Order: sequence, then structure tokens, then C-alpha cells
Amino acid sequence: MIPDLGKYAVEVLSAYAVSILLVLGLVWISVRAARRARTWLETVERQKAGRDG
Amino acid sequence: MSVWEYANPKKFIATTTPVLPWVMGGAAVTLTIGLVWGFFFTPDDYRQGSTVKIFYLHVPAAMMAINIWVMMLVTSLIWLIRRHHVSALAAKAAAPIGIVMTLIALFTGAVWGQPMWGTWWAWDPRLTSFLILFLFYLGYMALWTAIEDDDTAADLTSVLCLVGSVFALLSRYAVNFWNQGLHQGASLSLDAEENVADVFWYPALVCIAGFVLLSVGLVILRTQTEIRLRRARALQARMTG
Repeated sequence: MIPDLGKYAVEVLSAYAVSILLVLGLVWISVRAARRARTWLETVERQKAGRDG
Repeated sequence: MSVWEYANPKKFIATTTPVLPWVMGGAAVTLTIGLVWGFFFTPDDYRQGSTVKIFYLHVPAAMMAINIWVMMLVTSLIWLIRRHHVSALAAKAAAPIGIVMTLIALFTGAVWGQPMWGTWWAWDPRLTSFLILFLFYLGYMALWTAIEDDDTAADLTSVLCLVGSVFALLSRYAVNFWNQGLHQGASLSLDAEENVADVFWYPALVCIAGFVLLSVGLVILRTQTEIRLRRARALQARMTG
């Protein structure tokens, strides 16, 4: 399935592996931070609404 | 209707939330198509061999590394001139994306350079200005975390962004200013007489579109996160204060 990369296989595969890992890591961190921020804001807004009556 | 309406945090979130899944979905599809096309279905170059496949990562990442800094420059200027918080938060949100793009460009450039130039690194004008851009990204992010007051942090990081823009532009045009560097001229250019062959050009275009969509989607998502964090901090401070 993988094309014949000849003598540069290590260079090409490492470039793809590292880049894809970096991009996926960035997406994962961003999505996790977004979920946490949304949950925290909802909690604080609920607390404020409870205090304000 | 004015464009400045979107500087309202609520309006920004309300407008961008329905768009976000489409942008991220589009990024996933175009990146998958572009990278699979480039990796599996393009031939080796007669001089570069299979290392030409690194081009589909290196060029879009390098373009985005520079363009994200330019976007940060624009939003920083908007903050400095018009004091819209969303623009300062958008610049803050974009920096981690820019630094990842810079890292990808530097790493893929090094692994391509080793077999093609015989060295991982050279103090070439474009490479050096790109390394300085990477350091500016690091400094920019560090400055945001080092200053407690959000507005002061936005002011100082905006000034840093203005200074760093010199290196962002330099990294784009360095090959035109100095001809003695190792790095070749632009591989893809609208005004070039000859670009890369179509067989490499089309998948590269799809990859560039994928990187653009990914960056736009992540900037939107991370800006929304910064807006929510700021609002939560403000509410909490009001309740405890």
C-alpha cells in the first residue's frame, strides 16, 4: 500500500508522522480547552444566577 | 451593518458557531484528499526523488506560519487602535496555531534539506528569519502568560507582534532580497513564469486549502474559548469581589 519511497523513506515518513502528530495534537488540545471553557462558564453563570435569585 | 458588530463577543460566538463544523469538516476532507493524493498518487521528482512528497506539508505549513502572524498583526492593530477585546483575543488564540505551523515547516525543511542540501540546517536568510519568527511566536505566547492584567498583556503583545512582523515579512521575501542563500525561490507563485509541474501543483493546492481551512477553524474555536474564559473570570471576580 505504501509507495516505494526508495532511499528517502525515513525522511518522507518521519516528515509526515511528525507533522500529522503535531496537527492532531493541536486539534485535540484546542477541542479539550474549548470544552473545559464552556463547562466552566456554564458553571459560573449558574452560580451567578443562583446568587442573584 | 458594520463589520465592527463582530467585535461584540456574543455576536462573534453566535455568528461563528454554526460555521465552525463546516470549516473543520472542510479542513478534514481537503487535508485528507490533498495528503493522500500527494503521498500515494504523485510520482517522484527526477532530482528530488520521493522527498518531493514533503513539499505537500512544508509549503502549506510555511505559508500559514507567515500568514497567521500577518493575521495577528492585523488584529493587534485593531486592538491598539479601536480597543476591541475580541481582536486581541483572536491574536492570542492564533499564536499556538502559528507556532505549530512554524515547527512543521522547520522540521520538514530540515528532513528535506539533509538529503538534498547535505545539511539539516544552514544559516540561510530564509531559514534564519524563519527561526527568528519561531522565537517571536514563543516570546509572544510567553508574554501573554507572564502578565496578569489582560489589557496590559494585549498592549505589550501587540507591540511585540508589530516588531515580529518584520521577520514574518522577511521570511517570506528573504529569498528575493539575498540571492546567496541555499533556499530556492518560491515554488508556487502567481507571478512566476514557471511554477512546479501540474502533477505536483494540484495536490499542493488542495493541501494549501486544507491548511487554510484548518487554521481558520482553529482560530475561530480558540477565540471562542478565550472569550468564554475571559467572561468566566470576569463573572467569578464580580461574585467574589
